[in-house]
Amino acid sequence: MQTTILKAASNFLLPVLLLFSIFILLRGHYLPGGGFIGGLIASSAFVLDAFANGLVYTKSMLRFHPGFLMPLGLTFSFLAAISPFFVGKPLMHALWMKGHIPVIGKLGTPLIFDIGVYLVVIGAALTIIFTISESR
Amino acid sequence: MMENLVIWPLAVHFFFSLILMFGWKNIRFQKNVTIIGNSVSLAVAIYLFIHIYQNGTQTLAAGGWEAPFGIVFVSDLFAATLVLLTAISGFAVSIFTVVSVMNARLRFGFFSVYHFLLLGLNGAFLTGDIFNLYVWFEIIIISSFVLISIGGEKNQLEGAVKYFALNFMASMIFLTGLGLLYGLTGTLNMADLSVKIANVESRSLVDICAVLFFVGFGIKSAVFPLYFWLPASYHTPPSAVSAIFGGLLTKVGVYALIRVFTLIFIEDLFLQTLILAIAFFTIISGAFGALINNNLRKIFSYLIICHIGFIIGGLGVYTELALAGALFYLVHDITVKTNLYLISGLIYRLKGNTNIKQLGNIYRDYPKLSVIIALILFSLVGVPPLSGFWPKVSLFQAAFANANYWYIGALIFGSLITLIIAAKIWSEVFWKNKDSEIPTRRFIQFDKLKNLQKAQFVVPIIVLAVISLYIGFGAQHVQELVSEIAHDLKNNRSYIDAVLNQEQ
Repeated sequence: MQTTILKAASNFLLPVLLLFSIFILLRGHYLPGGGFIGGLIASSAFVLDAFANGLVYTKSMLRFHPGFLMPLGLTFSFLAAISPFFVGKPLMHALWMKGHIPVIGKLGTPLIFDIGVYLVVIGAALTIIFTISESR
Repeated sequence: MMENLVIWPLAVHFFFSLILMFGWKNIRFQKNVTIIGNSVSLAVAIYLFIHIYQNGTQTLAAGGWEAPFGIVFVSDLFAATLVLLTAISGFAVSIFTVVSVMNARLRFGFFSVYHFLLLGLNGAFLTGDIFNLYVWFEIIIISSFVLISIGGEKNQLEGAVKYFALNFMASMIFLTGLGLLYGLTGTLNMADLSVKIANVESRSLVDICAVLFFVGFGIKSAVFPLYFWLPASYHTPPSAVSAIFGGLLTKVGVYALIRVFTLIFIEDLFLQTLILAIAFFTIISGAFGALINNNLRKIFSYLIICHIGFIIGGLGVYTELALAGALFYLVHDITVKTNLYLISGLIYRLKGNTNIKQLGNIYRDYPKLSVIIALILFSLVGVPPLSGFWPKVSLFQAAFANANYWYIGALIFGSLITLIIAAKIWSEVFWKNKDSEIPTRRFIQFDKLKNLQKAQFVVPIIVLAVISLYIGFGAQHVQELVSEIAHDLKNNRSYIDAVLNQEQ
């Protein structure tokens, strides 16, 4: 199904949805949101794009296989989980940077962990959806 | 006391799984990394075991959230022993996998999933939180489902579906019991549950919970009424995969049973009778199943069921001696069963078949190898100085002391059938004068392999055989170890204290 309206809309919606997903990701620590839901929103942005412009176009836009995001994200999460080992704290202990960064807020290992989750979810969701729609 | 060491066996497997994911396409790289990874995890497991043996139970509260609120990882002697056995089996099987499994199968991230499976096993042994135990069980199921169905042959998928359906149902029953238990007590920490469950007024609800747990873990460890998924699925994947499944996967269920029924649901006559009855039927049905099958791997599958019955029965008798016997049997069983499946893989490679009617002449063609395999078969049966004998002494003594004559009868029957089967395998496969036709198109014949590859086939079997011999001849050390574990399990105060009352 290739309609002009959907095509035009998706060109604007893709960046907006991606930005929104990052907003949700950063908001997640104390408020509803986080890596998982952020990742789902981001992958839904790409799926919408694939609906409008076709799978081939979306895949060429991504440049790399989305499956690659899974090990990358897992690495982020793994590093965040074991980083407290090096300062003598138990696994997954939250280490926070001192000070406040505008927009993002406080930086710390929970954020890195969440970014890892975000990437894994995008990778897994897109791999599944792309594989299913290819095999039709 | 806080110890990050407790989590190292998990971290190592996760780390190597990640590295393997980055080298998804390069099988040669994956083979090397997985052997390194399993060596490292073996080293970590040995270190952890020695540390726990010398310093007692260690705990780790994830994220610094103290028990009973956060998730704790607890490494007592029981868990550390099983982590060590997992590492040994994992190491041996990884070497065997590298040479025996076809590259076409390894291409789909086999080793990465393999490390995840070991991660799940270690996690299940080390966790001190019952919901976390459920999560590890899920990780085990998902990764084992991938391993069992990789390759996608028809009978493999059929086995995989049965395996997955039954195990998934078991998880659901376990989860139901878990929800009920949380509703009753308001806590998920196992040590805390042990304290709080005593104060619950409606004992019938507690009993229902206990039965739900028993059914859930029972299906996973393949006890009597719902064992049929095991022989239906374990002979379908490559032998290396069956080895890790047969050696460890059902044993996780047994571990969970022993843990839950010594820590949370204790001193309950109804449950003990139930467990003993189930053990009786498990031994009988496993033994008959093994007797009538002709496929080596199916025979071993039924033997697993039969011997699971021995262990569960030890739990049912529920004295310190019986628990020690059951634990000893667990230690012996993990090494021997892993080895038996590796041997079936080797025999398949030697003669291109696993049906004992069509095999023969292995003793004539490979005498040295046959002697090693004979040792394993004798260990399995429990010929006196070898490893299967010692746990049975404890089990018999304990059962006599408690006058559980039905269980004794089943033990004798199970042992006898095991003996018959070992003799049958020996005479049919090794002594019988029959040359089997070797299909050459599926794999390279054993004789035509390079020396290194031959070594990779044989070394894991020898390593596990040596460990079995050690368990037999060094039985005193193992007996001391399991007595100590059994003492800790029976008097669970030390476990609870280690988790809940830490001085900061």
